[in-house]
Amino acid sequence: MTPPQRKRRRSRPDVPPPPPPPSTPPTPESGEDGDNKNPERLYVISGADGARAELDLVTLIVARAAPPPSVTPEQAALLRLCLAPLSVAELSAYLNLPFSAMTALITELITAELVQARAPIVRQALPDRSLLEAVMHGLQRL
Amino acid sequence: MDFKGSDTIPGPRSEDHLPHTAQAAVKIVIVGGFGVGKTTMVGSVSEIRPLTTEETMTQAGIGVDDNYGSDSKTATTVAMDFGRISITDELVLYLFGTPGQERFWFLWNGLFEGALGAVVLIDTRRLEVSFDVMGRLEERGVPFVVAVNSFPDAPSYPIEELRTALDLPPDVPIVECDARRRASSRDVLMTLMRFLHSLAMSGALT
Repeated sequence: MTPPQRKRRRSRPDVPPPPPPPSTPPTPESGEDGDNKNPERLYVISGADGARAELDLVTLIVARAAPPPSVTPEQAALLRLCLAPLSVAELSAYLNLPFSAMTALITELITAELVQARAPIVRQALPDRSLLEAVMHGLQRL
Repeated sequence: MDFKGSDTIPGPRSEDHLPHTAQAAVKIVIVGGFGVGKTTMVGSVSEIRPLTTEETMTQAGIGVDDNYGSDSKTATTVAMDFGRISITDELVLYLFGTPGQERFWFLWNGLFEGALGAVVLIDTRRLEVSFDVMGRLEERGVPFVVAVNSFPDAPSYPIEELRTALDLPPDVPIVECDARRRASSRDVLMTLMRFLHSLAMSGALT
């Protein structure tokens, strides 16, 4: 019996570039902290050091503070969940919210300095061999 | 146990908490046709009970990668199972298995972007269901290995015959596995990591 035959494809440089971050944030209705709620802040995510960090499925989120009374129930639930670091994917699963809704929710909390985002390590043009080796060593211990 | 309908938000079990030292995460995507065992593989190596995340593909999201014509301009919910392996106190590996309609995986912004690589799981009874996803990985330059999930009644082809049928270059690893077994699934991931390492050494990884 002969297996069916595939034809290899070439890498296409015109494959879509990394898309912009999801842009369907809920409308912020509560301005209780009196901070400046201009729309751009939803697209500017600052890490602890002010570096820009887009949220990935595996960005680790950790709470910086206990939920203040001003946050929404969803935000409070998220803050309680990530007392220890949790990925955006896990938060999405536990809160039963789609990924893009999660990124909007987390962006609000980052802006309010209630959570910290620990950026994922992504595949880069110059891959970090020591990272690959660390993963291999970790898998060997499984 | 169905948590989704409950009123309280269940969090991770206490033994599932990551240490506070966890600084960063990497991800690997497991792809393949329907029913080839992707979720089984995620579950067999994950340290947590596999979870499910989902995304709603809107018209705007679909426009990012519009290879599909106008029939896909409706909102579609795509679910994805995932598991987790703690590598060190600071590094975590996430494994995403992609059930359902493969044409939507590539519309999920950020699923493949930044992934270390992918495992293409195949069933030799239905090789052709994996052809499209392999082509899409190639187009995007996502490195992958092929794992043959050995079902008892599936035809067994010599690896080189599979390589020819799949039109894969000589350096792309093809391995057999039993996705139900932790050690076997772990070995598949090791094969991918060794492949990525060799690409890194040769400077071919882009």
